[in-house]
Amino acid sequence: MSAFPRWPLILALVALTTLALAGEIPREQRRSGYEQMSPATRAMQDDETANPGLLWLLDGEALWKAKPNATARACADCHGDARTSMKGVAARHPAFDATLGATVNLEGRINICRIEQQQTTALAYDSKELLGLSAWVTAQSKGLPIVIDAGKLATEIAAGKRLFELRQGQLNLSCAQCHDDNWGRKLAGNTIPQGHPTGYPQYRLEWQTVGSLHRRLRNCLTGMRAENFAAGSPELIALESYLMWRAEGMVIESPAVRP
Amino acid sequence: MSSRAILRVNPTARSGEILSVRTLIQHKMESGFRYTTTGERVPRDIITSFVATWDGEEIWRADLSSAIAANPFVAFTTVATKTGVLRVVWRGDNGFEHAEETRITVT
Repeated sequence: MSAFPRWPLILALVALTTLALAGEIPREQRRSGYEQMSPATRAMQDDETANPGLLWLLDGEALWKAKPNATARACADCHGDARTSMKGVAARHPAFDATLGATVNLEGRINICRIEQQQTTALAYDSKELLGLSAWVTAQSKGLPIVIDAGKLATEIAAGKRLFELRQGQLNLSCAQCHDDNWGRKLAGNTIPQGHPTGYPQYRLEWQTVGSLHRRLRNCLTGMRAENFAAGSPELIALESYLMWRAEGMVIESPAVRP
Repeated sequence: MSSRAILRVNPTARSGEILSVRTLIQHKMESGFRYTTTGERVPRDIITSFVATWDGEEIWRADLSSAIAANPFVAFTTVATKTGVLRVVWRGDNGFEHAEETRITVT
């Protein structure tokens, strides 16, 4: 047994240590997943008729104006035209809610509004309605840079960063090993993106539908064979806060199309 | 919630001009070949036909099948002949029907 060759293992350990030292992406090297897509997929995102995300915007626009029930007010009754009132809102979420004393993301904010202002029920995460509304609100920030209040979100961002760099699951992988250290390289046939959440809610060709960032994060965790977190859970809000902070200054491109 | 569709075409054209018509519809296009985790077959639910008419006269048609992705994008070209209403109708399983129309002025 002592003759068992140990050197491949040692080499592998050396390689992993080198990768682990790669660290965070410098600001000037950050890029949206858009830049790594095929020309065909980019064209699909840019084309006002071919981007299927627009269908969800139509859903959202209709829901914005609709009363959730006979006695409640519609979103538009308080906020008016989303095109002006919701401009920039998605670019500064997740945000700290002083009343709740917690960090909320855009989906959470919409549901808080539904419960407190519209006296109706919260919408399920990744339901067609919530995707429509969040896509409609986010689209009003298209082209605007992400601005995250790093001071108020300090705890959240730190928790998210810890999760991002934590090795998890049966494959013992961390998010950072792919998205910080090996972006641009291949994972099976796919190019690994840097993982900037600039396009959510986004149309993913693999899903054949629009989905939220949390759905994507849960996908990744499943791929890592890690124990998953529920959509809207504090863990995923922390990851979202970290990722948005990490992408600060990059522009919102929702509804994006991704492979 | 009902289905949504987009029909995009220039509202005006010169007579004899080639018009590009682009359409997109929200539909899950369930192929009928998938099974649930408990082994039951997910019934097929797709759009089976797409028909475009100009003032009631059929100008273009397509038969859609299981291998077509969700939210199908259909585009075609036609020649502008007279002012009229371009109407597109998608029909499919479970009595699905959705129509969009737009008026095109031909000069």
